[in-house]
Amino acid sequence: MDLTIAILVTVVGASTPILIAALGELVVERSGVLNLGVEGMMLLGAIAGFVVQFHTGNHYLALICGAAAGMAASLIFGFLTLSLSANQTATGLALTIFGTGFSALAGASYSARPVTLMSPIFPELAAHPVLRVIFGYSFPAYFAIFMVFAIWFFLKRTRAGLILRAVGENDLSAHSIGYSVIKVRYFAVMFGGAMAGIAGACFPLTLTPQWAEGMTAGRGWIAVALVVFASWRPFRLLGGAYLFGLVMTMELYAKAGGGPLSAIPSELWAALPYIATIAVLVLISLRRDASTNAPACLGKPFMPSN
Amino acid sequence: MTLSRRGFIKVGGAAMTLPLLGGAAFGQAEKLKIGFIYVGSINDNGYNYAHNQGRLYVEENLGDAVETMFVENVPEGPDCERVVRELAQQGCKLIFATSFGFGDSVIKVAPEFPDVAFEHATGYMKADNVGLYNARFYEGRAVCGVIAGHMSKTAKAGYIGSFPIPEVVMGINSFVLAARQVNPEFTITPVYISTWNDPAKEADAARAMIDQGIDIIAQHTDGPAALQVAAERGIVGGFGQGADMSAFAPETQLTAIIDHWGPHYLASAKAVLEGTWAPGDTWEGLKEDVVQMGPYHSKVPADVVKAAEAMRTGQIDGSVHIFTGPIKDHTGTERVAAGVTMTDAELLSMDWYVEGVIPPA
Repeated sequence: MDLTIAILVTVVGASTPILIAALGELVVERSGVLNLGVEGMMLLGAIAGFVVQFHTGNHYLALICGAAAGMAASLIFGFLTLSLSANQTATGLALTIFGTGFSALAGASYSARPVTLMSPIFPELAAHPVLRVIFGYSFPAYFAIFMVFAIWFFLKRTRAGLILRAVGENDLSAHSIGYSVIKVRYFAVMFGGAMAGIAGACFPLTLTPQWAEGMTAGRGWIAVALVVFASWRPFRLLGGAYLFGLVMTMELYAKAGGGPLSAIPSELWAALPYIATIAVLVLISLRRDASTNAPACLGKPFMPSN
Repeated sequence: MTLSRRGFIKVGGAAMTLPLLGGAAFGQAEKLKIGFIYVGSINDNGYNYAHNQGRLYVEENLGDAVETMFVENVPEGPDCERVVRELAQQGCKLIFATSFGFGDSVIKVAPEFPDVAFEHATGYMKADNVGLYNARFYEGRAVCGVIAGHMSKTAKAGYIGSFPIPEVVMGINSFVLAARQVNPEFTITPVYISTWNDPAKEADAARAMIDQGIDIIAQHTDGPAALQVAAERGIVGGFGQGADMSAFAPETQLTAIIDHWGPHYLASAKAVLEGTWAPGDTWEGLKEDVVQMGPYHSKVPADVVKAAEAMRTGQIDGSVHIFTGPIKDHTGTERVAAGVTMTDAELLSMDWYVEGVIPPA
């Protein structure tokens, strides 16, 4: 029982940044834009969050600055792909490479500088042996779950959400009835950047209180895969993020505990999220139900003929 | 390359300020260029940081006679080949490849540059112009093991490893052998995370082990993440790896194994400058000061410090070798007979765990 609780607490910690980054990417992709720069934006958010926390000691300000850094990077992506209609795949990959390099440069003088982790929101309940599984976390874990509901509500129940989906499904039609496709996509891309930045800032603020180059170690790519795995739906994303987090965490608990699961080679554990994503893609393609499919305009630059 | 007058004055001046070089420096038309290849970032506060300190040590001691350059974050694999070649083409006459996985690349590129001296750390493949160097980190781990054996209340330690290569396996075994000399019940659970640098995964691995009852943690990865989790959870303690990591966990680091590559790099650089370099195969440890122990934390009791120091000085004067039999493997089969000490070759190919290790799959 105690161990189960402990595992779940670690799972939530590991899943939270993936969930936050993937939620941002989900909104971006629903507007018809594919931004593969999540990993790079996360690293920029991580270094910005670290630096601000180190100098001010304020975790919330650090999260906000992480979001700002991710958003600033996403604006570069937005300008190139939306205003200049550059190839989204190539620009996204370039953004990841840029984010990796720039964060390393900015963080070079911050090695050997520890910071402190964010404290749980409910300190008394966080010490409870059982209730800590629900109340034992710092702000980002709750923020992530709140955003699942908020994004679901936004996409499903608001006019702005409908417009965003329309832009992603059929940009020309949305354009012809008077909506600014480019403007909507800019907002979506900036939102995705801010979420990726927060997700990155979670690493030094909630997981391991230090700056290390490349410290997100591929979680941005898992977030991108997760959006596909969740077939672009917020609640499936929530389930998928915790499932991926469970896979990543169980590997370590199984090996440390020496049980039967520890016989599974670590390479297989590491590949599981991607194998699951491919399996979901195959399942989607087998189904005729169009609503489970990717946004129709995903990855296509918007170029009205006149 | 012609020797300009200015260049001659510069080199000559450098040689005069550095009498240890003797007349040999006059034979060098230019500075000796030395290249270093690191698998991770020089800011990792651990393994790569330590190698880079070694590079700076050479610059400090030889000044203008040398020019060093380094490439960090080089993946182990085909990419390394390109980096080795580039450094050689840029005129490096001495190249240090500082990670185990660079071996294949060095062996492949070295024949193309017969006038370049290559040195590969922690490897096993030599060639006409490829030497090997290594440090007996296991000696430091034995000192840590003594402390762990005394201080652990659960008699269980966790050990985060990168990959199950002999270098890592040897360290785990040394740690356990030393701990079990103190407490025969002592066991260790190694967890391999298949990466040298993923702090969040290291931290989660530490959490996974602490949640399952270990109260001492050691690691063979490049950063302080595990030590920070140990501090967060308030377990008995952990050990710095590669460098003093007490800044990250001032109340948790019991001691640290510090890599001190400087003297070795300096010796190799001098040998190349003097034209006496030959591909060596050095494996130095506490005695040669290539491995150092960090300060003992004040919470380590005096008698434990004494026992740890006995292990350290014993290895320096040669009276103690941790891999002396009888040694049983984890299945209970005797692998090393009483009184027999394992040879270096046996150690460098160690692929089995000693008794007390709960082997990973």
